[in-house]
Amino acid sequence: MGEEVKVFGYWASPYSYRAELALKLKGVSYEYINEDIFGNKSDLLLKYNPVHKKVPILLHNGKSIVESVVILEYIEETWKHNLYLPQDPYDKATARFWIKFIDEKCFPTLWLAAWSPENEREKVTNEACEYMKTLESALNGKKFFGGETIGMVDIVASSVGYFIRVTQEIMGLNLLSADKFPQLFQWSEDFANCSIVKESLPPRDKLLPFVKGLIAKYQQDNAKA
Amino acid sequence: MAEEVVLLDFWPSPFGMRSRIALAEKGIKYEHKEEDLRNKSALLLQMNPVHKKIPVLIHNGKPVCESLIQVQYIDEVWHDKAPLLPSDPYQKATARFWADYVDKKIYEVGGRVWKTKGEKQATAKKELIETLKLLEKELGDKPYFGGESLGYVDVAFIPFYSWFYALEKCGNFSIEAECPKLIAWAKRCMQKESVAKSLPDQQKVYDFILEMKKHFGIE
Repeated sequence: MGEEVKVFGYWASPYSYRAELALKLKGVSYEYINEDIFGNKSDLLLKYNPVHKKVPILLHNGKSIVESVVILEYIEETWKHNLYLPQDPYDKATARFWIKFIDEKCFPTLWLAAWSPENEREKVTNEACEYMKTLESALNGKKFFGGETIGMVDIVASSVGYFIRVTQEIMGLNLLSADKFPQLFQWSEDFANCSIVKESLPPRDKLLPFVKGLIAKYQQDNAKA
Repeated sequence: MAEEVVLLDFWPSPFGMRSRIALAEKGIKYEHKEEDLRNKSALLLQMNPVHKKIPVLIHNGKPVCESLIQVQYIDEVWHDKAPLLPSDPYQKATARFWADYVDKKIYEVGGRVWKTKGEKQATAKKELIETLKLLEKELGDKPYFGGESLGYVDVAFIPFYSWFYALEKCGNFSIEAECPKLIAWAKRCMQKESVAKSLPDQQKVYDFILEMKKHFGIE
């Protein structure tokens, strides 16, 4: 059957990465289009995501789906093999809870801790550590949040497990350390070592200078404000 | 089988209202426990240790937190009556998108309307109207966001209608004048027992907002 699957993304975007990883986990072929989100957004991007004008956008047989978590749920429901959400409604609700927690609490505060000015950094860092402790409790001795295999929570947590780890290197921070958060640290290692994850993550040597530049920009904008 | 359903709630919370509506739509009997947010119960702290917030849905002793997650859970468990989410994945994604949009925008922007004054309030009012107009456009000519019957987006959004009067008084403007079709939709929803019984009286909400303003020292 001729399926047309496209992803409009940005190579360094953790959100864009989620959509790609999900399709790879399902073995779905897709065309990837890199958008110049910091320069000139294409007419197609503006057409397919008029409300938020952001990536990622999933285009499936001409219909667009936007917002990374909405995209992940759509992919799960459309390609019903290699499932990454639990079937049981309660377990599903629990997975959704952790996904929301990562996106609303963990990831934003960790990013904030990376570029915050010195005088604000301690407070944000303490908050971020609290959130990481809580997130770690969700692992509860399992290899992945999804159990033996990668689940939707793991896909979303890649933002913390990979992108934030890279960010920390640049800033000389050691938030997600093996001694402070042994389980979470081990999880991030195991996750990044999965072949399907390894082959699809943006390369560190390219990501490092990009994130460095982004942090500098945030700090500059914040200083001006 | 005896099902035990408890909802930890707070009467003016639009988030609590979502779960009330979903449970009512499905005809589920449940115990409603009103929380005093200045003195949170041991049960609330035990059932939602991460956020310590309402609403919390407790089903046979197990907690489900976050209102939209609760609505989806209710829809999945009691799937044989009054479906809230469509079965088609694309339509489902569209519903999730708009519920997410309501979540990201209405509460925060609405909050700024009653919490601020002058320039900041003017900006908040403008943003709120823009947001509501976009939702009005999405509704189009449909009776509900869910189509012919109440759906996920309707449940996510209609609770905020109970706050409209308070926002209008605080901001000195009329939402109906700007978004007549949206108000018509809201009144249509209010015709349904599940909605009417779940939303508090608008005057009561306004009195509550006035109390909050006094408490936070906002004029």
